[in-house]
Amino acid sequence: MPDSERHDFDVVVIGAGGAGLRAAIEAREKGARTALVCKSLLGKAHTVMAEGGIAAALGNVWPEDNWEVHFRDTMRGGKMLNNWRMAQIHALEAPERVLELEEWGALFDRTQDGRILQRDFGGHRYARLAHVGDRTGLEMIRALQNRAVSIGIDVFMECKIVRLLQDGTGAVNGAVGFWRESGRFVTFGAKAIVIATGGLGKAWKFTTNSWECTGDGMALALWAGADLIDMEAIQFHPTGMVWPPSARGLLVTEGVRGDGGVLKNRDGERFMFNYISPFFAAETAETIEEGDQWYTNKRDFRRPPELLPRDEVARAINSEVKAGRGSPHGGVFLDIASRRTPEEIRRLLPSMYHQFKELADIDITTTPMEVGPTCHYAMGGIRVEADTEATTVAGLYAAGEAAGGMHGSNRLGGNSLSDLVVFGRRAGLAAAERALGMPGDPDVSESQVADVTRHARSYFDNEGGEDAYALHRDLQDTMQSLVGIIRVERELLEAKERLADLAERAAKCAVEGNLQFNPGWHLALDLESMLAVSNCTTLSAIERRESRGGHTRDDYPGFRPEFENVNMITRLVDGEYTIAQEPKPQMPGELSKLFEDGAH
Amino acid sequence: MAIDTGPAPTTVPEPPPGAPPKDLVMHLWRGDASGGRFQEYRVAPQEGEVVLDVVHRIQATQAPDLAVRWNCKAGKCGSCSAEINGRPALMCMTRMSTLPTDQPVTVSPMRAFPIMRDLVTDVSYNFEVAKLIPAFKPGPRDPDGLRRMAQVDIDRGQEFHKCIECFLCQNVCHVIRDHEENKPRYAGPRFFVRLAELEMHPLDTLDRRNYIREDMGIGLCNITKCCTEVCPEDIHITDNAIIPLKERIVDAHYDPVAWLGRKITGRPVPLAAAEARKHTGAAHAQPAAPATPEPGDIA
Ligand SMILES: Cc1cc2nc3c(=O)[nH]c(=O)nc-3n(C[C@H](O)[C@H](O)[C@H](O)COP(=O)(O)OP(=O)(O)OC[C@H]3O[C@@H](n4cnc5c(N)ncnc54)[C@H](O)[C@@H]3O)c2cc1C
Ligand code: SF4
Ligand code: SF4
Ligand code: FES
Repeated sequence: MPDSERHDFDVVVIGAGGAGLRAAIEAREKGARTALVCKSLLGKAHTVMAEGGIAAALGNVWPEDNWEVHFRDTMRGGKMLNNWRMAQIHALEAPERVLELEEWGALFDRTQDGRILQRDFGGHRYARLAHVGDRTGLEMIRALQNRAVSIGIDVFMECKIVRLLQDGTGAVNGAVGFWRESGRFVTFGAKAIVIATGGLGKAWKFTTNSWECTGDGMALALWAGADLIDMEAIQFHPTGMVWPPSARGLLVTEGVRGDGGVLKNRDGERFMFNYISPFFAAETAETIEEGDQWYTNKRDFRRPPELLPRDEVARAINSEVKAGRGSPHGGVFLDIASRRTPEEIRRLLPSMYHQFKELADIDITTTPMEVGPTCHYAMGGIRVEADTEATTVAGLYAAGEAAGGMHGSNRLGGNSLSDLVVFGRRAGLAAAERALGMPGDPDVSESQVADVTRHARSYFDNEGGEDAYALHRDLQDTMQSLVGIIRVERELLEAKERLADLAERAAKCAVEGNLQFNPGWHLALDLESMLAVSNCTTLSAIERRESRGGHTRDDYPGFRPEFENVNMITRLVDGEYTIAQEPKPQMPGELSKLFEDGAH
Repeated sequence: MAIDTGPAPTTVPEPPPGAPPKDLVMHLWRGDASGGRFQEYRVAPQEGEVVLDVVHRIQATQAPDLAVRWNCKAGKCGSCSAEINGRPALMCMTRMSTLPTDQPVTVSPMRAFPIMRDLVTDVSYNFEVAKLIPAFKPGPRDPDGLRRMAQVDIDRGQEFHKCIECFLCQNVCHVIRDHEENKPRYAGPRFFVRLAELEMHPLDTLDRRNYIREDMGIGLCNITKCCTEVCPEDIHITDNAIIPLKERIVDAHYDPVAWLGRKITGRPVPLAAAEARKHTGAAHAQPAAPATPEPGDIA
């Protein structure tokens, strides 16, 4: 079979979610020959699933809102582990990125006077999320997709990248992938590469993530020698569906709570009032009466605890279920039926109405939903330089969920979509600048290409090995039960052992059939990535002996001062996963002032 | 690439009393561009499952190389379109409990598109059409850097934006389902929705009407409404998109003045016209007369 397909570009962007599309648009507009490669069809990336909105301090609903407040909320939500400079850039640039989406055809919901409407979400001091009902991600991806198509970007769809290529100095100069349809390999030469491959949720059993979220980009970067940062920080979204089994894990948007939905246990108690941590006490309602008044008078009352940051709510639900106060299928109740009229519910939350009706046969305008925590988002990821999204490997950039740092140990709702376009644009810009400054064509090594293709095909020669589906199930069980929402050293160490065993078994994984659109083979290759990122998450989780944000250690509850100022860095050294604690960048004085007591 | 309908569906026997629930009998189409047939699989039923769950279970336990396209399993990405018992639908939004159990459930790929493998079809035609659509072209922002639009003026556009590009409407439209030869000159319902969304956007300044008539082939649509019936997003494709587009085109043809009165924004757009031509190879954009934006006029 000829393996000769080869394309040379200035910039290759891997991933066509919000981050990848925005990066490709920027690189193209700066004059770089740009390719956009994605493993599913264009417009289907995980970003399409985002529901609640995109956070930006536009100040349309609350004129008091500005970038400093957004910055402060983001840092506090991330328990101060965020890269301060990324959080600052994000808060400063998000408004213009949202307006730009409108420029490209997005139709956000409007205020009375015709500006973009903003909604409340957990951890945001003011109503800040621009949105379109509960299908904001679809609106965003379509606007970006249409823009990308109209400026003539070359798109390679259903093409999975399996390895990056590097020159003698270690700089990336290309990538090897294959067409899912035919299984034929394709080589890209590139002067700069942007990784925008999204998250890693598919390593867990219950997740909101789509099949694509297998941590590919993080693994590609790791294998090329790049650093990953804070991989222990995984967000478990508090409200995933728990029933029926086939829908378990699917997201129930935080918009339900923003629009009035409340959490109740088996006894009908609004238990969140029992879980207000001192860190957020000053800004949270103490009584049901006070919380309920907030929905209509946000100026004079504090918000109900249902709208605390996600890590707080997820832990509370977990505790209620453990204490035996859960719902019949092992979650808690999310009740909007008793709080809003059926008409309002259908208008504000059309996809949620649809989702429960179709998948669970439940009418949310009359019946409370059953919800529980589900693996949702990777705060950690590829370590990048804040202003340019450059990784620690020359020529390699990363943006979106695949990159780490911006959200610290916990992400606020709505801050991902804005992150995608803010840093997607910056990554595309930096990649184009590098590429346009480099003469000549990339000189990829044919022997590297041959090694990659030989390895990828070798699964067909493994006789008698297990199949990829069974291995994937084992991996998901391991991560779900041992590296889940509440962690403890003994279990983490067990996970580490099981992962080592799984890696051995996965290397012998046997694939049936041929190269043509073969999901069993695709999964075998995805497993390589999932195993790599699972290892990094487990190592970082062992090392961070405290609880912070999305990382909760039963054996080390609460913050610990010795971990306040360190990032967990994982990298491959001579083929071994290693972990190191490195100091986090320190915020300049004028910004730290924002966090002094009483400052808003 | 005609699909061989394979063995005629058999009747599934009732299990004896007291026996565990009978297996689901699934007939999945397997094959590629060169041909194929329905293959039978039996799996135990599980509570609350959708068709995609069952297909996945078969894949994970009996047919590891069974090709099926999906992403979200939540009805949001439009990847998993197929024909279930001959009816075009999303596999992830079709609950098994809504299908008759006394007969095997058949799942076959969409018929209007070439087969890649098993349940996966080559939908690239749609992505080619998308490249031909003249892009959104807004006028300048308001002096304060914002854009204003009233909610009532974008309600219709938002209905069109619900489209998840599942291409089920394209699949059932007889203009291309039965006439491959029409594809080069026919955009299809999905793209009439897209064109309607642009035409009705309160801030858009391009006139695409000649183009819609001459190059997008809207005249071939005879309003059978089959597209509307299958749309999983309940977009009123025919009533809200196609018919209004047809009306506008008639206006343009016979009465440019009536159209000018209706188009709400715009200024002479030679640049836009040139750009649009570059992408489509067709002359289709007319300069519109300048007017002050007046959201609402158009819908
Ligand atoms: C249900 C749900 C709701 C959400 N709601 C919100 C919300 O309301 N607000 C918010 O801010 N955030 C939300 N999020 C989070 C947010 O949607 C994601 O974090 C974000 O979309 C990730 O975007 P991305 O561009 O980084 O990657 P993705 O959108 O995940 O795209 C990844 C891309 O990379 C490609 N890819 C992956 N691996 C490879 C490979 N090996 N080769 C080639 N291509 C590859 C994929 O094909 C895809 O195109 C939500 C998440 C979920 C799951
Ligand atoms: S109404 Fe028109 S577009 Fe829709 S299916 Fe019928 S002919 Fe096709
Ligand atoms: S209009 Fe409806 S049926 Fe057609 S592609 Fe869009 S969502 Fe699917
Ligand atoms: S898998 Fe996304 S719509 Fe069915």
